[in-house]
Amino acid sequence: MRIPRPGYLARKLLGVAATLFAVLTFNFLLFRILPGDPVRLLARAGNLSPEAIERLRQTFGLDQPLPVQYVIYLRNLATGELGTSLTYRRPVAAILAERMENTLILLAAATVIVVLLGVLFGVYAAARRGTRVDSGTVVSSLIFWSLPTFWVGLIFVFILGVYLPWFPISGMSTPGAHFRTPIDAFVDIGRHLVLPTLTLALVDIGQFILITRSSLIDVLTEDFILTAKAKGLSRRRVIWRHGVPNAMLPIVTATALYVSLIVGGTIQVETVFSYPGMGRLMYDAVLRRDYPVLEASFLLFAITVIFANLASDLLYRYLDPRVRDA
Amino acid sequence: MTAEAFVPVRRAGRIGAALRTNWGLLWSDPLGRTGVILLAFVIAAAILGPVLFPFDPKAVGESAKDILQPPSAQYPLGTDELGRQVLWEVIAGARTSLVVGLVATAISMIVGTFIGLTAGYSRGALGEGLMRVTDFFLVIPTLPLTIVLAAVIGQSLGVIILVIGLTSWPSTARIVRSSVLTLRERQFIQRIASLGARDRRIVGIHILPNVLPLVIANTILVIAGSILAEATLAFLGLGDPVNVSWGTMLHFAFQSGAAGRGAWWYIIPPGIGIVVTVLAFTLIGHSLDRILNPRLRSR
Repeated sequence: MRIPRPGYLARKLLGVAATLFAVLTFNFLLFRILPGDPVRLLARAGNLSPEAIERLRQTFGLDQPLPVQYVIYLRNLATGELGTSLTYRRPVAAILAERMENTLILLAAATVIVVLLGVLFGVYAAARRGTRVDSGTVVSSLIFWSLPTFWVGLIFVFILGVYLPWFPISGMSTPGAHFRTPIDAFVDIGRHLVLPTLTLALVDIGQFILITRSSLIDVLTEDFILTAKAKGLSRRRVIWRHGVPNAMLPIVTATALYVSLIVGGTIQVETVFSYPGMGRLMYDAVLRRDYPVLEASFLLFAITVIFANLASDLLYRYLDPRVRDA
Repeated sequence: MTAEAFVPVRRAGRIGAALRTNWGLLWSDPLGRTGVILLAFVIAAAILGPVLFPFDPKAVGESAKDILQPPSAQYPLGTDELGRQVLWEVIAGARTSLVVGLVATAISMIVGTFIGLTAGYSRGALGEGLMRVTDFFLVIPTLPLTIVLAAVIGQSLGVIILVIGLTSWPSTARIVRSSVLTLRERQFIQRIASLGARDRRIVGIHILPNVLPLVIANTILVIAGSILAEATLAFLGLGDPVNVSWGTMLHFAFQSGAAGRGAWWYIIPPGIGIVVTVLAFTLIGHSLDRILNPRLRSR
């Protein structure tokens, strides 16, 4: 086990810092210049006298030149001061903190399913390359990939909400319910998670299957696989011990892309199932034009994906000796 | 793409020949052929539909009896929450989806090809800087980015097309750049360069025609992605309220609680429209990718 050279790590971190800085600047310019400044938004929301507007401008530092405002913006971000929501009339940071956890639970559940089943189906199809099972897997993966996430959610709401009321179709827990034991409360949350998780997994698994399949097909044509077969190893052992570990690299890269994809999926799924996470928060913020919330949730999503990419880069380097020792 | 399989295209006119060969391969692949047939169906609906069944958004139902009605002889696919014909609305949606998908992809392809060519051909700071910008856009999650852009700039078809086009080019730029990097070192380019051809001529006349066939498969997949992106933005309430699209239909279906009320005729048809269109492009793109990637084909 070797740790990446500090030179590499330092360069990677510098790259991430540059990207973060670019995102922050982009965010600042987008929300300061395009919709107008926060005070104009407040003024649009309520009836403010010109004097009150002037006072607010001073409070927000909007009477300052743009570069000074930028420094104030960075300082506020660093101290976790993300402004006040226009609809909830509460600090944005506090709202995000509540919602983030719920979204992470949903993402974790969907990711486990997608990665495990995606790799399993991908390996299964690759091992039977050219057969009906294989082409069936490819076609279904392409169909799943073509499904709009929100529509799959709506279909689930429709079928399970109208015909087979097995699972709750909205929220994260039964409102007003009292649970005798913590286990009952846990089960209740689990039941609410079933449909959102299933929707996310169904739509995003296709890409995972295809990547695993093509990566393993590549590996299975290599000479060392022929050697392993010639040694008389069982088919199962050749595929799982010799093939799959060597096919992992593209899968690691795919996981980073998947995080970006599933962030988009969460926004849709949480919207359809009224799940109290970041995605639903963003949807509500869009409908009510709650710019401080919109801005902060965009930042949080972007930062999450940036760090997921960093993690995948580091993992890739750790897994691939050719890259690691180069 | 292996070096042995590479046959340089020297004149832009040869692209046509390459396309004809690939068309034959596409048609002989069951997946590709299915995609072509589905696409022909959608294009026919987009062109003929509004002529044969003109949809009038203002033609709302006359009374509450016309609202969210199940399919009947009078309403083949039922009515929406305003008492309008779902069938005509779905047909009208095909045009919006195709227009958004095609125009956004054209923008994306032009930007991506231009940046990819420049980044691949120019050594030094310019190429390096352009790749940084590309990586930046690759790493930002697309849906949140398009949501904030559409929410901040405004809601019209033009804005949606622009937002989708300007966020989907990085994959094209990467593919173009990496193929330019290998092309640049090939003999026929080196010879032309040593004859004293200017950079602009080398890139425009000799490199670009060789890069384009590689971009085609990706471009068709970008169309699929753009149509999905439009549907998603519209569903989230960021669509153009004036133009009916499958995404806006599902937005209003969701808002009016059609799913919970069992109005399947309002939920399923627009979704089928999206899936068929996206699947058509996905199948064609996937099939072309295999055709244009001979390394996979030979195995």
